[in-house]
Amino acid sequence: MTVPTLDIRDLRLGFRTYEAYVEVLHGISLSIQPGERVALVGESGSGKSVTARIVLGLLQLLRSARISGEVVFEGRDLDRLSARERGRLRGTRMTMVFQDPTSSLNPVYRIGTQFHEVLRRAEPAITGAAARDRAARMLMEVSIDDPDRVFDSYPFQLSGGMNQRVMIAMALANEPALLIADEPGTALDVTVQAQTLTLMRELVEQHRTAVLFISHNLGVVREFADRVYVIYKGRIVEEGPTAAVFERPGHAYTRALMAAVPRITGGGLPDIGDEPRDFSQSLVVHDARGDGP
Amino acid sequence: MSVPLLSLQGVSKLFRLEDREVRALVDVSFDVEAGECLAIVGESGAGKSTVANLILGVYPPTSGAIRMHGEPLPARRRREHRRAIQLVQQNPLSTLNPKRTVGASLRLALDVHRIGERRERPEIVATLLEEVGLPADFARRYPAALSGGQRQRVAVARALACRSELVVLDEPTSSLDVLVQARVLQLLEELQPRRGLTYLFITHDLSVVRNFADRVAVFEKGRLIEIGVTETLFAAPGHAYTRRLISAVPVVSREEEMVRDRLAEGGLQP
Repeated sequence: MTVPTLDIRDLRLGFRTYEAYVEVLHGISLSIQPGERVALVGESGSGKSVTARIVLGLLQLLRSARISGEVVFEGRDLDRLSARERGRLRGTRMTMVFQDPTSSLNPVYRIGTQFHEVLRRAEPAITGAAARDRAARMLMEVSIDDPDRVFDSYPFQLSGGMNQRVMIAMALANEPALLIADEPGTALDVTVQAQTLTLMRELVEQHRTAVLFISHNLGVVREFADRVYVIYKGRIVEEGPTAAVFERPGHAYTRALMAAVPRITGGGLPDIGDEPRDFSQSLVVHDARGDGP
Repeated sequence: MSVPLLSLQGVSKLFRLEDREVRALVDVSFDVEAGECLAIVGESGAGKSTVANLILGVYPPTSGAIRMHGEPLPARRRREHRRAIQLVQQNPLSTLNPKRTVGASLRLALDVHRIGERRERPEIVATLLEEVGLPADFARRYPAALSGGQRQRVAVARALACRSELVVLDEPTSSLDVLVQARVLQLLEELQPRRGLTYLFITHDLSVVRNFADRVAVFEKGRLIEIGVTETLFAAPGHAYTRRLISAVPVVSREEEMVRDRLAEGGLQP
C-alpha cells in the first residue's frame, strides 16, 4: 500500500481559557492519498479551518492550544518534528490557497518579488532571472497570457480572479505533495469561481498534487472533490466518495445541509424547521465502491 | 394600469475618475411593482450596487429619472423617502452600531421617523424582535454577541421598524451558512405579504433567485440585458450572458446538473 499524503488519526483540539477548557475538535480522523482531492465540508465554527491550521503546524505555535492525536504527513509524524522542521514543510511540501486572494498577497510588493520569495523557500539560491523564468511558466499554466505584465504588477492592479490564479500558481510552484485550499474563490464571482476551480482541478491532476479542500459550499465541493468528509461541531459525521455522499446522504446532518440548498430546478425555498434537529447520530461511512451504508 | 412603486427611466450613471470615466450604468429602464420581488443579478462591475445606491439616493443619476409612485425622487431625499426605502446589507456587523444595543438601534429608527407614541416605542421594539423570530431580551444585547443569522434578523427588523415599502436586499444571505440562509430567506418570504413589502433583491446566487424572486433583471457591464418572470427566464434564457451565468452555478444533484447544462445550451425546450 502506498503511504498516504496525509493521515490524521483521532485529532483533538482544545483551548484553555481563564474559566474553562473548551474542546473544539473531538477526535477526527481523515486521510488523503497521493493525488487525491478530498473535501472537508461543514458550517462556520465546525472545525474545518483549525484542522487545516494544525496540518500546517500553525496552531501548534499557540500556547493555549491543546492538541492530541496524530497528524502524519508523508509518513512523518508532525508531532515528532521540531517547530523549525514543520516550518520548512510550509510553502514547499505543503502549501495553501486562501479565500480572499487580494488580501493574502502582500500589497506593497510586486507579484514578481513575492513569487521569487516563494521559490526561494524550496531553492534558497535561485536567482531573480531564474525565478522570473519559472514564475512565467507557472503563470502560463494558470492561463495568464501575459506573465510579464503580471510579474511586474502590484496585487491591487490585478482583478480578484487574476490574483486568485497567481495564488494558485505560487501554491503549486514548488511542486507540493499537499495543497490546502480554504474556501478558494468564495470572494469571487460565480463565473470566475467556476473557471478557477476547473483550472485548479486540471492543474492538481497534472501535477498529482493531493488537495485538502475546505468549504461550506456543497455545490462547489461536488464539482471539485473525489471524496468528502462532512464535519459538524468538531466531529466527522459522514465520509465517502463524492457521488455516494451526494446521492445517498446517510447522516441526518448531511441530509439537512442538502435540503437547505436552494435548487436551480426551482420548487420553492427549502422548508426547514426553526429548531435545530438532533445530529448526534454516529458516523456514516460509504465504502470505496460508492455503495451506501 | 396601476402606477408602479418604483420606476427607472433611461437612467445612466457616469463616474469621473482622475484619469478616466466609468460608465457604471447605461440607459437603464425598469419598473418595480408593489408587492413583488425583483432580483438584480450580474457579475461584479455589472452595475448592481449602482442601481441600489441610485434608488437609495446615495448619489443622483447622471441622466434619467427615478420615480416612486409616479413622483420623481428628489436628489436630496426627504425623510419620507428615507423611511420608505430601506437597505439590508450583506454584512450586518458593518451596518449595526457596535456600541448600541439591538434595542437602541431599533428604537433610534422609530425615533428618527417618529413612529408610534414615545411611550409605545419599547413595546414596538419588542414586537419587531418577535416578528423576526428573536427573543425579547435580545434588545439588551450588542451586535457582537449575536450570530450572523441573528444579526441579519436585526437588520431586517430595523427595515421593518420604519414601516418601509421597498426593501433593498443587497446579498442579504451571502455570508451565511446554508442552514441559516434557508431560515433567513424563509423569514423574508413570510414577511413580504404580511408587511406588504416590495423587495429589490441584489445577488449573484442564481439558485436563490430561482426560488425567491418573482422577476429577474440581468445586468452586464452597466446595461440591463434581460428582464422577465423568473420561471420564463429560467426555462429559456434569452441572452448568451444569462446562459453563461447559469452554466457557472454550482449544483448538488445530478438532476440539477442536467437541467443546468441544458439551460446553458439554450433552454429547456427540445
